[in-house]
Amino acid sequence: MSENKKTGHAVQTTGHAWDGDIQEYNNPIPRWWLWSFYATVVFSIIYWVLYPAWPIGHSYTTGVLNNITYTVNGEEKTTHWNTRARLVRDMQTGEDAVKQRRHMQEVANASFSAILSDPKMIDFSSKIGKVLFTDNCAACHGMGGQGVVGLFPSLVDDDWLWGGRTENIRETIASGRIGFMPAFGKTFSDQQMDDVVEYVLSLSNQAEDQPRVQRGKQLFGGEQGGCYYCHNQEGTGIQSQGAANLTDQIWTIVDVAGQKDIEGKRALVREVVSKGVNRSMPNWKGRLSDEEIKLLTVYVYNLSGGK
Amino acid sequence: MRHENIETNVGLLVALTLVVISIGGLIEIVPLFFIDETIEQVKTTDGKDAIRPFTPLESRGRDIYIREGCYLCHSQMIRPFRDEILRYGHYSLAAESQYDHPFQWGSKRTGPDLARVGGKYSNEWHTQHMIAPRSVMPDSIMPNYPWLLENDLKYNDIAGRLKSQRIVGVPYSLTDEEYEANVERFGKEAADRLNIHAAEENLMAQAEQGNYDGDRSRLTEMDALVAYLQVLGTMVDFKQYDEGHFAEFR
Repeated sequence: MSENKKTGHAVQTTGHAWDGDIQEYNNPIPRWWLWSFYATVVFSIIYWVLYPAWPIGHSYTTGVLNNITYTVNGEEKTTHWNTRARLVRDMQTGEDAVKQRRHMQEVANASFSAILSDPKMIDFSSKIGKVLFTDNCAACHGMGGQGVVGLFPSLVDDDWLWGGRTENIRETIASGRIGFMPAFGKTFSDQQMDDVVEYVLSLSNQAEDQPRVQRGKQLFGGEQGGCYYCHNQEGTGIQSQGAANLTDQIWTIVDVAGQKDIEGKRALVREVVSKGVNRSMPNWKGRLSDEEIKLLTVYVYNLSGGK
Repeated sequence: MRHENIETNVGLLVALTLVVISIGGLIEIVPLFFIDETIEQVKTTDGKDAIRPFTPLESRGRDIYIREGCYLCHSQMIRPFRDEILRYGHYSLAAESQYDHPFQWGSKRTGPDLARVGGKYSNEWHTQHMIAPRSVMPDSIMPNYPWLLENDLKYNDIAGRLKSQRIVGVPYSLTDEEYEANVERFGKEAADRLNIHAAEENLMAQAEQGNYDGDRSRLTEMDALVAYLQVLGTMVDFKQYDEGHFAEFR
């Protein structure tokens, strides 16, 4: 038997003794705890009244807190508290959403040239564009838009397969692209293939065998190869076809520039010519709004320094 | 009964604790089976159910998803908050996981939510990303899963797997009546794919047509997993509904 220090009353022990003399007091639970417990009970009763709470057959009590108001098809609707209605309200009249919509509206109304000449709009588009890019584009084109050679084109250089003007980029994002080059493996003989490959390399000043280059030029610009249909006679490519410019050092399908010796370069070009190219980029107009695509366009346009 | 009697009797304490917890659980969970609005009615424009069970191939993909523990890092539940829908798309509906046993909602997002990943990336991207995530996402911390492309998909037990799903209420059809009911409910095309008797052919046909892993000569686990990922969150056409429609169910 002992005494509670605070109250001075005698306190019972639990009746057990461990190791002969260790005993446990049987104190009542603290007052503050007990009152907190009663408070939670009161809280839950108030909660039941205000919020959706009790099931009744096929329905439930919706609570008296009819405080969520939103507009559907021009009609105002007030409903009991629930997260979905709250979301609709937040999207329509929430502070952040309204602010963002105001900016989006400005973007929607502005032309690309107007956006690109207004530092404030560039700032907005680069902030929103970065988020959109990271979530939708970076998976293939990389966080910084550097791309993956052979799989996904780089967006940071000045070389554009489908055109680098804002209207081209917008169209690419909105509708997607299908990059296709037929396989010429069966069209050319082995020797002809060597010639075409050498000519293609000569376009970017990497060829070493001049006779081959001359013969390859005939095939490239002639009817048998017909390469000029898409790459044109100068080999600079036609952007409406998505055909690559072959006269620069930028290679998007195979890493020719990364090869040290001519044999390695020839092998890679040969692979593309004989197997062809078949790759695609999905369209985003179903996922992104027109304004978002516009912002992304500005962002991508600026990635390459705006050229 | 004095409280001391419960506290000093472990067996009784355990039993009564279970009773008390069960009361809480039953009151919270059981009514949801009876409340009409728990699962939203989602119909296509021609009056069929928009949400169908997974096809045999998708279902095998889902098995692999579970086997590899994808759910440990990826949730499949977009909550109704502005920041979530801006990133992931429309919030998830209860109807969308009504045939998911067990559901894959998850609560841990080490990786992004996958509830609407279907159609977002190409098949080639998924295959490449699964073999070596960092080759397409340098910042990724996802492990490599190269064996998915090496392992042949085991599918000779697919009928059994669908049957076990049927036992817990997923409407795969075994009898003619069930098949007819599925035609009525999901349309003929979907009903054909839910027919357990044709499960193997359906699985092969979808893999052949979709060519998910880019290699037509083999049917790999990658085919199944990519098929599954590509259907996630794509069954409901949200453009069909005004923005307040699904709030009516709450």
